[in-house]
Amino acid sequence: MLKYLFAKEDEIPQGTAAIFFAVSSIAWFIIGTGLGSFNAAKLAFPDFFHGSYALQFGHMRQVHVHAVIFGWIAMAFAASMMYITPALGNTKLWSEKLGVWNCLLYNIGLALALALLWAGVTSGREYSDHIWPIDLYIAFVMVLPWALNVWMTIINRRTQGIYTTNWFFGACMFMTIIVFLVGNMPEWLHLTGLNEAYMTWWFAHNILGLLITPVAAAITYYIVPKITGNPLYSHRVGHLHFWSIVVFYSTPAAHHLMSSPLPEWLKSFASVEGVLILVPAIAYVCNILLTMQGRWAMFVENIEIKFTITGVLLAIPLNMQGGFQQTRAINWYIHGTGWIVAHAHLALLGFSTFAEAAAVYYGMQVLLRRKLYSASLANFHFWMILIGFSLYWTSMTIAGLIQGAAKIYEVPYVDVVIGEHPYMIVRWLGGTMVFFGNIVWLYNMIMTARAGTPVPAGRQPAEVAYTR
Amino acid sequence: MAFREYRIGSIMFGVALSISMFITIVLPGIDISSMSSTKTALEKQLTYGWETGFNYYDPFLQGKDKPIKVVLTKDPATGEPIDQTDAYVFPAGTHFPDGITHDNILGDDVLQASVSLGKMDQASEEAGAVFLVQATEDDVPYIENATATRGWQPDATLNAADQQFLAGAGKTMFVREGCWWCHTLLPEETQDWQTFGRPPLVGDFNGESPTTFGSDRKAPDLLHVGSRNSSREWMTMHFFNPRLVQPHSIMPRYDYLWGDKDANGNPVDLAAWDKEYFEYAEGKRVYPPEVPTPAADSEARMLIDFVLNLK
Repeated sequence: MLKYLFAKEDEIPQGTAAIFFAVSSIAWFIIGTGLGSFNAAKLAFPDFFHGSYALQFGHMRQVHVHAVIFGWIAMAFAASMMYITPALGNTKLWSEKLGVWNCLLYNIGLALALALLWAGVTSGREYSDHIWPIDLYIAFVMVLPWALNVWMTIINRRTQGIYTTNWFFGACMFMTIIVFLVGNMPEWLHLTGLNEAYMTWWFAHNILGLLITPVAAAITYYIVPKITGNPLYSHRVGHLHFWSIVVFYSTPAAHHLMSSPLPEWLKSFASVEGVLILVPAIAYVCNILLTMQGRWAMFVENIEIKFTITGVLLAIPLNMQGGFQQTRAINWYIHGTGWIVAHAHLALLGFSTFAEAAAVYYGMQVLLRRKLYSASLANFHFWMILIGFSLYWTSMTIAGLIQGAAKIYEVPYVDVVIGEHPYMIVRWLGGTMVFFGNIVWLYNMIMTARAGTPVPAGRQPAEVAYTR
Repeated sequence: MAFREYRIGSIMFGVALSISMFITIVLPGIDISSMSSTKTALEKQLTYGWETGFNYYDPFLQGKDKPIKVVLTKDPATGEPIDQTDAYVFPAGTHFPDGITHDNILGDDVLQASVSLGKMDQASEEAGAVFLVQATEDDVPYIENATATRGWQPDATLNAADQQFLAGAGKTMFVREGCWWCHTLLPEETQDWQTFGRPPLVGDFNGESPTTFGSDRKAPDLLHVGSRNSSREWMTMHFFNPRLVQPHSIMPRYDYLWGDKDANGNPVDLAAWDKEYFEYAEGKRVYPPEVPTPAADSEARMLIDFVLNLK
């Protein structure tokens, strides 16, 4: 990849930036889940690797979170956008060279950002932990060139309309930059107190709601019709999804602070808007599942559809939880417990990761013009993530219910720790399965590049038979 | 522009996002900013100083540029006995907290009392200052600049102090070491009153940055922990190895915050301690090894001071 940094734009093969991003994302996924597994081991066995500043839980926890969000999820998004946006516009990526530089500087910036977090150099605000020089770097060096590539590719398209996926890509890149610059206002403007706490959660809510969830959904809007050959069930329902994301998903930030002394009107407003998130959620899930009509066999037979549809099915419990757990009637019980940790993993490791994995599997085959090396290994990967995630989600949900009950009945806290211990072990096992599954995935992708069956010109990878 | 057929959509998108941000940022900002600082907020500001996360004055979060909270029983200027008083000492060059530098966050009454009664506006960062938290007859809290009103100089006040709490530097440790990933500082309004104490009020946070509420309570809430457990010995053992005082704890050990030397100047040998501790854990020893007393300038002492000061 590095040889293309100083090549002329015309000499860089199409898809180079996307492949660079895709490989990076898998590598960061392995790092991120490895850190997650290590952290989980420390919660189950606290004297495991102790006495070291660098390996202490409080130094590593946020590194796991940011390696997964900015390394895996965001880079898989970048990879997807850099091949899906031009494909849907019947054109080339606006600048492969910018994309390759973008990816290099993204990797360097992320490594630096995580090293600083690891050393404890932090703003002390969850999800916007990065210090403001890193925030500026992320916004202007990591995200802006990526957004520019997406926007210019859409503008220079050779189709008349813009397909649903590209509305989301273009709008979400814009909203991400806005959220990043506005959400970090406490650092630019030295906001303090409740204003700072509220803006912290405004950022955390919107970076999820306006980047991760809609872009993952947009990817499935491309993958499912493309591979099954069915047209999207409804363009209109896609409109409903898009507009209700903009209106309803950008407003309920305060529901993350339901037990804090924020103004009551704000909490009530956020809670109602939070339930209305079910509008885009239901529109989206229905649209995709109805697109599958007559092609459900591919859910079993095709790796990419298997990943995508599993992600979409996981979006159902995700949104049902998300819509209702933030209402006062439920939130007082589960706020601040492992239930929320389980929910966060349902969003990022469940719904969104499965959609992105499909996009990376599919994109690598299309761009390399090679059929996936091994369907068996891919199935192994799928089941490792799905079973690992299920163990994680189930154990953390149970642990959260134990914590919630203990909170209500005012049980001494150490009894909660004792009660949770078995579930902490199960969580660690689940997370470790995901980690090992991902190592197999990287091997499978490397072997696809080296030894996958070439896909004939004019053919889709899905039309070629698996050989292993 | 190939966007022409999307003109209406683009405008609608901008309008929708702007209205959304107006409702969720501007309106709450106006509402929250209209809240006056409470007495708790003034105490927190004076204890923790300027920002505690990454900032110009302490970029690597080492606990620099922080005030010292002291307990006085005699007047530092005259040496006369006085009622026990908490004072907040900002040695020369220490940056003042938000309430003094951005005094609009105090609220009108608090600001007026702080200036007219407390002479807050006469304090200077270059010379340093000693502050007190007082209340008017109408129970309006205000900041008193004791350097101007009583002639208490920072160095003299430190010398006259019965106790010094490095709680400001300790908050830096609390942020850097990620204590807030497991311990919340936010008793919930619905059901935490009996176990974890009074939930905070709206104005309790003015001027504090970061607030480190925490979101995932894997461990007890700490907002009032110093009222539940004020034993420095217990805290020292618990930070060195939580399993010494609570066998089921899953908290990490913070023994590395002791640094190289303990309070007596003896080297802290974590490996040797660990060996003896595991002999104790396996039943080969009757007592666990002694926990070294942290040195006066150690990071462990700062963190313990912070926790004990959470009343």
